[in-house]
Amino acid sequence: MSRPPCPRRRTGCPLDPPAGLTALSDKPLRRMRYADGHMGWLVTGHATARAILADPRFSSRYELLHLPVPMEGMVSGELPPAPVGDIIGLDAPEHTRYRRLLTGKFTVRRMRQLTERVEQLTAECLDAMEQAGPTADLVEAFAQPVPALMICELLGVPYADRERFQGQVATIFDQTADAEAKGEAYTALLQYLGELVLAKRAEPTDDLLSDLTTSDLTDEELAGIGGLLLAAGLDTTANMLGLGTFALLSNPEQLDALRADPALAEQTVEELLRYLSVADPLPRSALEDVEVEGQVIRAGETVTISVQATNRDPHKFPDPDRLDIHRKATGHLAFGHGAHQCLGQQLARVEMTVAFPALFARFPTLRLAVPPQEVPLRDRSNIYGVINLPVTWDKE
Amino acid sequence: MSDPREPLRLSADRDLCAGAGMCALTAPEVFDQDDEEGLVVLLHPAPAPEHRAAARMAVGLCPAEAIALNSRDATDS
Ligand code: HEM
Ligand code: SF4
Repeated sequence: MSRPPCPRRRTGCPLDPPAGLTALSDKPLRRMRYADGHMGWLVTGHATARAILADPRFSSRYELLHLPVPMEGMVSGELPPAPVGDIIGLDAPEHTRYRRLLTGKFTVRRMRQLTERVEQLTAECLDAMEQAGPTADLVEAFAQPVPALMICELLGVPYADRERFQGQVATIFDQTADAEAKGEAYTALLQYLGELVLAKRAEPTDDLLSDLTTSDLTDEELAGIGGLLLAAGLDTTANMLGLGTFALLSNPEQLDALRADPALAEQTVEELLRYLSVADPLPRSALEDVEVEGQVIRAGETVTISVQATNRDPHKFPDPDRLDIHRKATGHLAFGHGAHQCLGQQLARVEMTVAFPALFARFPTLRLAVPPQEVPLRDRSNIYGVINLPVTWDKE
Repeated sequence: MSDPREPLRLSADRDLCAGAGMCALTAPEVFDQDDEEGLVVLLHPAPAPEHRAAARMAVGLCPAEAIALNSRDATDS
């Protein structure tokens, strides 16, 4: 019997998962055919996803994974192992070693200390946007620069150099870019970071990259880790801010509730993370035979966790397709789960908790400048979002 | 529902901890992270009644199953 490939095209509402995915919520785990013909699995149930992501018998190593969606120009299904410093594609104990060097830099406390700085950067972006208004592409004026300025400052990457890394990062996440273009983009990004690491070693400044030069990491490892942090910092929160604004503007009663009570910002952010699930899907490979939900996942089989589907699992989140900023959305899997759970999540939370209320306070009449169906979507990227978000507001 | 007056005993395993900070975010009165490695620091193994619900929630949210709750054998505390 032939099995359908992973549903991924969003056909209905751009804020909802593809119809084929939500329909599976009564079947938490089922077989799925992968792009290369591999017969693996698809997980759409929240509890099942949590169990698999926390289980060390499931590996993150790229070379063991089959991709649910094809990558252009890739021969067979074989992925190369993770390049040096890309900890997402490693297992313990290598993963643990790198991760322990980084977690101390991203604690809740350290990230909260950045709140004031995020507020300043946000205000500066809003000032510029207001002056250039009363129309803007919200992505370019706000959603991209706020997290980009912050991650650059945190890492010690000059924001002025962004021509040297922004396009590369976009290509790396672009599912339509072929394997060769991705390889070139990655090499260029590493080259840039390699130069920066040497500069930091020679002349340390007060930032994370300089800090890490005092660890036992090699230049190559440092450049790789720097590249991962920069890429992750540039293209994740930015999409949450862009798509999240679109979602709130499309749900005016929710936006009004947030405006009326800015103390709801933190839980609004959690609900948007759940509802939008921009980083999706998460693949794992079984290292041995594992019984899950009464079925046996064989060693070598790939399991794809659909974050979108698990975050809309009605057993976990009642009335899951409703954006409801009053609900308890904690426990969502938007940052993953297990040993790889997002390292930057506390930074992302601070950025979003500051940025959303500041945007809506500055522009009380903010609205879309085009019909919602004309908003271009990043539906072929590893990180979902809007490409542009044309907005307008009434000038005082 | 668990009785809020029931004693609660928490334990934390720093070897398992992934440093994701869900505990410190959810129950800051009970959990912290050290500045070096960002790993869990258990501030109160037997939290005050008003912090127990948050502590329970943190246990459920921890991505690495690094914090545990055993309210049964807590009577000796
Ligand atoms: C709202 C924004 C963000 C979302 C939705 C998000 C999502 C995720 C997810 C789902 C994972 C797990 C990947 C897996 O298990 O295979 C992850 C890992 C990671 N994220 Fe984020 N992320 C966000 C922001 C950030 C930021 C701002 C940084 C910047 C430092 C960052 C850095 C990382 C790193 C380094 C990892 C790899 C951790 C590991 O493998 O141990 N993320 N992220
Ligand atoms: S939530 Fe779990 S993994 Fe995260 S810091 Fe606390 S104990 Fe460690």
